[in-house]
Amino acid sequence: MLRRAVLQTFRQGLAQSFFKRYAVSLTETTVTHQPIETSDEAGEKSVPTQKTGDESGNTVVVAPPEFRFIYPEFLPDPAMERRNRLREKLERMDMLQRRSVIEIPEFYTGSIMAVTVADANSPNKFARFVGICIQRGGSGLRAWFILRNVVDKQGVEILYEMYCPLIQKIEVLRLERRLDESLLYLRDALPEYSTFPMDMEPERRLNNSVVPINPLKVKLRPRPWLERWERQNLQGVEDLNLPQRFYDRAEKVAKPWEKYDLMLHYRKTIPAEEQEKIFAEVHSQLQQQELKRKLRRRRGSDNEY
Amino acid sequence: MNFQMQNFARILQFSVPFSRSFHQCQPLNQIQLLTRLRVVDNSTIGKEAMLEGRPPKCIHVYNKTRIGTIGDKVLVAIKGQKKKAVIVGVKQKQAPLIPKFDSNNIVLIEDNGTPIGTRIHVPVPSILRKILKERSVAKQIDFTKLLSIATKFV
Repeated sequence: MLRRAVLQTFRQGLAQSFFKRYAVSLTETTVTHQPIETSDEAGEKSVPTQKTGDESGNTVVVAPPEFRFIYPEFLPDPAMERRNRLREKLERMDMLQRRSVIEIPEFYTGSIMAVTVADANSPNKFARFVGICIQRGGSGLRAWFILRNVVDKQGVEILYEMYCPLIQKIEVLRLERRLDESLLYLRDALPEYSTFPMDMEPERRLNNSVVPINPLKVKLRPRPWLERWERQNLQGVEDLNLPQRFYDRAEKVAKPWEKYDLMLHYRKTIPAEEQEKIFAEVHSQLQQQELKRKLRRRRGSDNEY
Repeated sequence: MNFQMQNFARILQFSVPFSRSFHQCQPLNQIQLLTRLRVVDNSTIGKEAMLEGRPPKCIHVYNKTRIGTIGDKVLVAIKGQKKKAVIVGVKQKQAPLIPKFDSNNIVLIEDNGTPIGTRIHVPVPSILRKILKERSVAKQIDFTKLLSIATKFV
């Protein structure tokens, strides 16, 4: 009787945790086309620290849910072979330490950024590059992003590691998102879509709470292309105008069952409980850093008058 | 002795139905024998070759591995002649902080290192300063003269 009750609660708990994970991974894989609230507004609007109780009755600090979009590099690589809890914890400590020295702002693929790097080979020892973020990846201290720009009619791309100590400053000149998570198709697009002036000024956002999605549809150059864009379900490109055989072949090669594959998505994401744990760990320090920066900015703007 | 260059190509998993999967990797975009290159200085011979649609072909890379990257000297066949050139930009994926370009760019030089053109209107990686200085010291030829004709460093 007792054994049956215990088994029942165990099974219920398993099912609950499984569906909780599935719910999280589903919302992550269906690319969130809804605007995301930034921590600025969330902090002013609602209580940022949600204190929930666990079984023993102690309060548990939970970070706001948008943290996994603003700080995605704090989540480790989901591949089981490469997980090492101790290394991840040490990396998070180092990441927070670096973030206390330099501001690494919130940005997404499609945001226009300027990075200043200490460069021993340049006469004024600093090299500044402005470009659009076409891809970001990596986890922990190895998190990186690629900036692309067309300078003097020559396309240039530079990969920056976010926590590299050579980086002096990362500014986000225009914070926005695009319809795709990776803008590698800009390499095959007309150059005007990748051209940004090197002396671009940071743009002030009117609505601070929501990160806008730029619904721009890019025109590609005529083939040959670097990748088979017709096979990738890109939202941010105009109609490719290819002969029908390309689309037929794309259908044959497609794997439409993958979106129903629960285990595939489970393996590609970190479970919700672990995400909450990780962000709860780093949450208070990140908030403190954010507050300090806001104060410094307000004090700076007050000193102007 | 085989010098293994750092290889940034991603290994792809590709399985064809009804056969075992075979190993593929993304294109390496390396500059080697018969690679077509783009001349980016304003030398007459370079401009004519690019305009008529017959870009120079690499016929030798002055390197142990015969694979060229930024700063390597190559021998190119251009308009029926053989000319030496220095690679100033590659399509190949680079280490962090080193720029990657959309085309493989070269600057034509004489045997003594002086560039044939008078200006490079395309941006050039700043790491070239370090690479060419080291090479000039090693080979006793001044390769750094082409940096003085560059207009923009990236």
